[in-house]
Amino acid sequence: MNTSFLVAAVIASTPLLLATLGELLTEKAGHLNLGVEGMMLLGAVAGFAAGYYTNDPLLAIIGAGVAGGLGGLIFGFLTITLRANHTVSGLTLTIFGTGVSSFAGTTFIGKKMSAEFIEFFNPVAIPVLSKIPVLGPMLFNQDLFIYLALLLAILLGIYLYRTRYGINLIAVGENPGAADASGIHVELYKYIHVVFGGALCGLGGAYLATVDVPQWQEQITAGRGWIAIALVIFVSWNPYKAILGALLFGGLSIVGFRLQHLNVSQNLLDALPYLVTILVLVISSFKQSKENAPPKALGSPYFREER
Amino acid sequence: MRMIQRTNISKQKIILIRFISIFLSLMTASLFLKFMGHHPLDVFASLAIGAFGSAYRLRETLTTSIPLVVTSIGIMIAFKMKFWNIGGEGQIIMGAFAASYIALNYSELPKPLLLTLMFFAGFLGGGMWALIPALLKVHLGTNETIITLMLNYVAIKWVTYLQYGPWKDPNGMGFPQIATFEPNAILPKVFGLHIGWIIAIFIVLAISFLLAKTKKGFEISVIGESIDTARYAGMNVKHVIVAAIILSGGICGIVGMMEASGVNRTLSSNVSSGYGFTAIITTWLSGLKASIIIPVSILFAGLIKGGSFIQTAYGIPQSASDVLQALILFFIIGSEFFVQYRLVSSTAKEAI
Repeated sequence: MNTSFLVAAVIASTPLLLATLGELLTEKAGHLNLGVEGMMLLGAVAGFAAGYYTNDPLLAIIGAGVAGGLGGLIFGFLTITLRANHTVSGLTLTIFGTGVSSFAGTTFIGKKMSAEFIEFFNPVAIPVLSKIPVLGPMLFNQDLFIYLALLLAILLGIYLYRTRYGINLIAVGENPGAADASGIHVELYKYIHVVFGGALCGLGGAYLATVDVPQWQEQITAGRGWIAIALVIFVSWNPYKAILGALLFGGLSIVGFRLQHLNVSQNLLDALPYLVTILVLVISSFKQSKENAPPKALGSPYFREER
Repeated sequence: MRMIQRTNISKQKIILIRFISIFLSLMTASLFLKFMGHHPLDVFASLAIGAFGSAYRLRETLTTSIPLVVTSIGIMIAFKMKFWNIGGEGQIIMGAFAASYIALNYSELPKPLLLTLMFFAGFLGGGMWALIPALLKVHLGTNETIITLMLNYVAIKWVTYLQYGPWKDPNGMGFPQIATFEPNAILPKVFGLHIGWIIAIFIVLAISFLLAKTKKGFEISVIGESIDTARYAGMNVKHVIVAAIILSGGICGIVGMMEASGVNRTLSSNVSSGYGFTAIITTWLSGLKASIIIPVSILFAGLIKGGSFIQTAYGIPQSASDVLQALILFFIIGSEFFVQYRLVSSTAKEAI
């Protein structure tokens, strides 16, 4: 395995990492949002549109975050306030996001981001660190969006395990009744994290559309949102492990191109990430322990009245 | 404001709530269309004309509703047990794959025998594809939602592989396509529609009977309510779940057989045309009731066909009808709350 492969794997892992972090946060709040694919697509089209029309990378990122966050808000309103079924609400969000992105994206088909925009996301070498063999080019000579994603993963880890708000959030996901009794505003916590989780998924989609590809294609996410949901289980709801998990899958998704000389059909190689996702889930179900368990109240609505 | 669980609610009230939610979703869609610079009422009218406006269009819509009805019935069985089978797409494709194997290799058999074999192959293909998540779920507790979904992609890639590789039609002028079926392997037509509509009605009746009148059907609904209750009552929960999911996937597999044989006359990776996903909506909207699945599926088939009509008439992309479907579903999902609960102001606490 050579360095250029690892560098490409980090790039391919970035949309997965952002979406995994988003879903992880959502699930920590006790909400299983199967609309990741939809929120990624909402973010992708909003980010692409904002970047395409304004050439402003910051606006593209904000636009993607807002669009993904709005997707999260719809899901949040249905499942937090209206106590709707999480599975069906999430699936509908995916249909909605896919439809909206195809619809809004028709004008962009085949369009490219401007050279100026692309240049902004050229790799930036971090002095000294980028000289470390292998790790240097992998992690410290990448584009700004990747730095943002890695930084977010670390910040989320600190937030979850080292701050009062993070601990409160975990309480909300584990036992909302007890959290409520101890004075935590359960609904507010749920809303904030479901919406922010959606925003992160949106960023994942935007990375794909504006930096990785960077040309508009319909359904540009190609199932990555679903892989992200599986990844959350694989990394046992841990943002640090999410970096490694996403990297593994990023690598898998590009390994096909590298194996072409083996004379295996590309179509079969394309099935690899999905097969590995299945394998990973099966392995995760074997090693279920207290530490790796999902938040206890995941997927169940919370009624204050029933206390 | 606080909410109180409703103890009983009249049928009229449920219908009223549903009606209001559909109305609100259409209003939202209108805003969306208005924003796009179209006249909403004109678009809705064209949507209806495109779906039901002539004998030909009606026939097209009904042809589309056949796979939706059957897939919805299949998915309904799984949903009744809170087994979230969103692998309808993959099960349709694998059913079509198995049926096509028979169609392409044994086309010299007499037609009734060949079609019967294809029918059972379709059931088996879909059923076995659904068996994987079912076994994983009952033995390891693996999340079935993601497994069924991943298997969709695997199935698509598998048939794409066949299409480009081993099954590629040597007479296809180099196009990556699988040979067209012999006339022997094509479903006959009855009243201008392929015979699938009769099969669909038969499946609806058979599954309604199974769920309402048989012991297995009763066990399925008990498991859906509470697995603990089912265990306590001495049911073999794992066995029932696995059998029911094979049935669920098998019915989806039959759809694959009918689409490959009756509509496409060949196998391709888009044989499922998204029916596996649309059927999730129709199943949910039908409240998991077999009898309601038929009208809802016809309505959604109309939305699909009408959607492609307004694409040509107004230049509105077909995806607009996806957005419309999602909006309707959002409002219906949300309206469930008002069926289950009622809001009372905190001051009038005990005035129940």
